[in-house]
Amino acid sequence: MASSSVADQEGQVMLLGFWFSPFVKRVEWALKFKGIEYDYVEEDLTNKSTLLLTSNPIHKKVPVLIHNGNPIAESLVIIEYIDETWKQNPILSQDPYERAMARFWANFIEQKVTEPAREALFSKGEQQEKKVKELKEGMEVVEGEAKAKLNDKTLFFGGGNGVGYVDIVLGWTCNWMETIEEVGGFKVLDPESQPQFHKWMANFREVPFIKPTLEPKEKLVEFFRMIRQDRLGLVANK
Amino acid sequence: MAAQKVKLLGFWVSPFAYRVIWALKLKGIDYEYIEEGIFNKSPLLLQLNPIHKKVPVLIHGDRVICESYVIVQYIDETWPHCPLLPQHPYERAMARFWADFAETKLLDTAWLGLCARGAEREKAAKLAMEAVEKIEEVVKGKKLFGGESIGYLDICLGWISYWLPVWEEVGSMQIIDPIKFPATSSWMNTLLHHPVIGDNLPARDAMIEYFQKRSKDI
Repeated sequence: MASSSVADQEGQVMLLGFWFSPFVKRVEWALKFKGIEYDYVEEDLTNKSTLLLTSNPIHKKVPVLIHNGNPIAESLVIIEYIDETWKQNPILSQDPYERAMARFWANFIEQKVTEPAREALFSKGEQQEKKVKELKEGMEVVEGEAKAKLNDKTLFFGGGNGVGYVDIVLGWTCNWMETIEEVGGFKVLDPESQPQFHKWMANFREVPFIKPTLEPKEKLVEFFRMIRQDRLGLVANK
Repeated sequence: MAAQKVKLLGFWVSPFAYRVIWALKLKGIDYEYIEEGIFNKSPLLLQLNPIHKKVPVLIHGDRVICESYVIVQYIDETWPHCPLLPQHPYERAMARFWADFAETKLLDTAWLGLCARGAEREKAAKLAMEAVEKIEEVVKGKKLFGGESIGYLDICLGWISYWLPVWEEVGSMQIIDPIKFPATSSWMNTLLHHPVIGDNLPARDAMIEYFQKRSKDI
């Protein structure tokens, strides 16, 4: 494992984000979990700052973490950077096999839950049906993993009562999934067939450093409804 | 733990399996290779990787690890000699960022180009070239992404040096123009001449035949 000097941890930490972005929220959770002070810069989706465009010229997206003047993009890359630079409250285990399992599940969540959810939100008709089906299948696997790993003593995938990498990566579902369902006009959450997942979501929402960060549903619904209309309107006019 | 037996489930033409082969060989780790039939998946594969049902799968003692870049990092962390990822967290972040970029913006688009026809193919090839433009800037002035020795990013992008030219030939497309991308071309050459990489590649003729058939079937 790479070590980093105390000097590396010094220096300003800045996070460029959007209030409504689940990817930005992940990074905030990682920073708050470790008690790292940071300056948050709210970007304008319709008018991206020069700082954002020069810090992330490849994707031009948030989140971007800027530490000691060095920019890092992509939420999962940022979280591992945070974990490797600040050693307190580890997000990933030290054990290589535990780390491999966590990375595997993070990748699965992104491919089979996050991506289909995003695509279902911004599509309609047959295309949306296809994505909703993929999402439901992804959720089934997540429920299976939750059933296998979680119980009354182990509330989170991070182990024990502490959140970890997988919880932070999956965490967006506890707040945004209902919004996506409402705006997209479909249903994937089902407490009857996903009891362990719903227990996990309820516990995650209550984590002291997570709870205050969760945006009210009405605010998210209003915003994403506008984005969805905008996106689908553009597609129809082409 | 490091002394426990290592097995690798792979497929002879899979660039993902080769990432793991290169990592194991660079670190001098003994392993048993098990060839999988991709269209006739063995009960072993389905049992070990029920989620994705894909190779590569690494078996280390009683541990099972899937997904090539997860496996390569696992190997790097379990056998820390000859490190593949850089030491400094920022450089590690850059390696991970560019590995992800190349996977989504180059590998996926180049594969799309191979499987598509006509305008779709042209569009995919164009997107792939735009991705190479970015990679060219990263590798400029470097012998290898890892510096003087092969590193994580060289391993993750290594398919570009051998699989991509095959896909270009089979798909009648040009993505890597050596005049437009001299640094990338030079890096490809350096990689292919490295004994661990150069001596561990599938036979080119067999690859051409395989991808010709695959691109028709898809």
